[in-house]
Amino acid sequence: MSHDETRLIDHLRARGVSRRGFLKFCAALTSAMALPPSMVTVVAAALEKARRPSVIWLPFQECTGCTESITRAHGATIEQLIFEAISLDYQHTLQAAAGDAAELARHEAMQANWGKYLLVVDGSVPLGNPGFSTIAGQANADMLTEAAKGAVAIIAVGSCASFGGIPMANPNPTGAVPISQIVRDKPIVNVSGCPPIPIVITSVLTHFLTFGKLPELDHLGRPKVFYGESIHDRCYRRPFYERGQFAESFDDEGARKGWCLYKLGCKGPVTYNACATVKWNNGTSFPIEAGHGCIGCAEPNFWDRGGFYDALSVTHWGTPKDVAIAAAAGIAIGATAAVLARRKQAAASKEIKP
Amino acid sequence: MDNKAHTALDAIAVKIERASGNVPPLLHEIRHALALLLDHGESTCIDLKSMPLAPGEEERIVAALGSGEVHAEVDALGLSEIAETAFPGVWVVSHCDERGAIQARFIEVTQVPDVLRSQHSDIADGLARLTTRLTVDG
Repeated sequence: MSHDETRLIDHLRARGVSRRGFLKFCAALTSAMALPPSMVTVVAAALEKARRPSVIWLPFQECTGCTESITRAHGATIEQLIFEAISLDYQHTLQAAAGDAAELARHEAMQANWGKYLLVVDGSVPLGNPGFSTIAGQANADMLTEAAKGAVAIIAVGSCASFGGIPMANPNPTGAVPISQIVRDKPIVNVSGCPPIPIVITSVLTHFLTFGKLPELDHLGRPKVFYGESIHDRCYRRPFYERGQFAESFDDEGARKGWCLYKLGCKGPVTYNACATVKWNNGTSFPIEAGHGCIGCAEPNFWDRGGFYDALSVTHWGTPKDVAIAAAAGIAIGATAAVLARRKQAAASKEIKP
Repeated sequence: MDNKAHTALDAIAVKIERASGNVPPLLHEIRHALALLLDHGESTCIDLKSMPLAPGEEERIVAALGSGEVHAEVDALGLSEIAETAFPGVWVVSHCDERGAIQARFIEVTQVPDVLRSQHSDIADGLARLTTRLTVDG
């Protein structure tokens, strides 16, 4: 397998996409990457020169939910176009090849693109016993170590790869660990969530494709542009929180009026993700809009931090002081959400300007 | 969902009182942008995805801006709808995928949204195709 030198724009042109269509594609991508609209021309200019990166995707101890998330879309969505625009050289759930042929393809792709390919990993890695999870007879930890050596960067997709996730939940029977505990000499981007929002996954790939580098990360290794603010900060129900109007049960008057779900266990104040703005199912909705509190799936150890329906004040998400600070920050930020959104975008814009 | 299920859901007396409070500030932002366009010729583009909006608020914004003289559709990677609002210079640009789902929606405060302009490389392609056709047809 030779190194793929095809430019992204040539790939789109071969699909019959006009220049105007390309600009529309760039406008939607810019929006998806949470960049300001003024960056569309910069994104377009960068993508014109971009070459299709080789991507090797290794699924370990996972439920395939992350793969489902990114592949559920049908039709020419932005996610799908980006997914097509990369050279996905190995993904054993999706590829036609199996057995020795699949492993041969992986090795050939790694060799041809050594030092340049992106390694995407979903699922945690068991260290309790090498036999707990293997692919073609090779233990997950060994396969990860081998593939990571030739990768330019690693994208840990989902909460299992990012933080250990459900496999690592108490009592952690397989000795599961996140990718960052095994690979320590390569840049790692954690795209947490159970599963992550599909456009967030593809936006990280797009950022690399467009600007040739990884996005700015928070203290947990997540892209700041998507994980920089809490669900609570960006929730349209926040004004009810500020006024002390809470639903007390899922079918009371408060629930019917769309009041805040804090008392029903919403973890929005301590969960950092883009669900409230990017939303799910092609921007249709997100859990809080559907009437259910956030379960905090993008945060480390969310499975072990108390009941989904217990209020933050009685769970293990931090001290009452932490919760109060998070909530107070939400109030302060809530008053100027639009201003902060612009600032965030301006900062992102500043970061990637040549 | 069948009609029977719809009827059952409709029977539940749900009164939604939801509002992010972001509609009036956004309309003011558009007013400021329009003044900027008029006084300095500077265009502004607002990404509606960047705002926390409650269900129905995006529709409220679009309804508040009303409908103007120009409506256009661009058929490239799905339809895009470009509509001038009741306030000349304020456009709502909605990019849909091939299934009709909105991928991105912008309020553009400008004289003509860029997506409506013919692009240089498309013009070059068109010239080549027309030249070939005239050559073949004699």
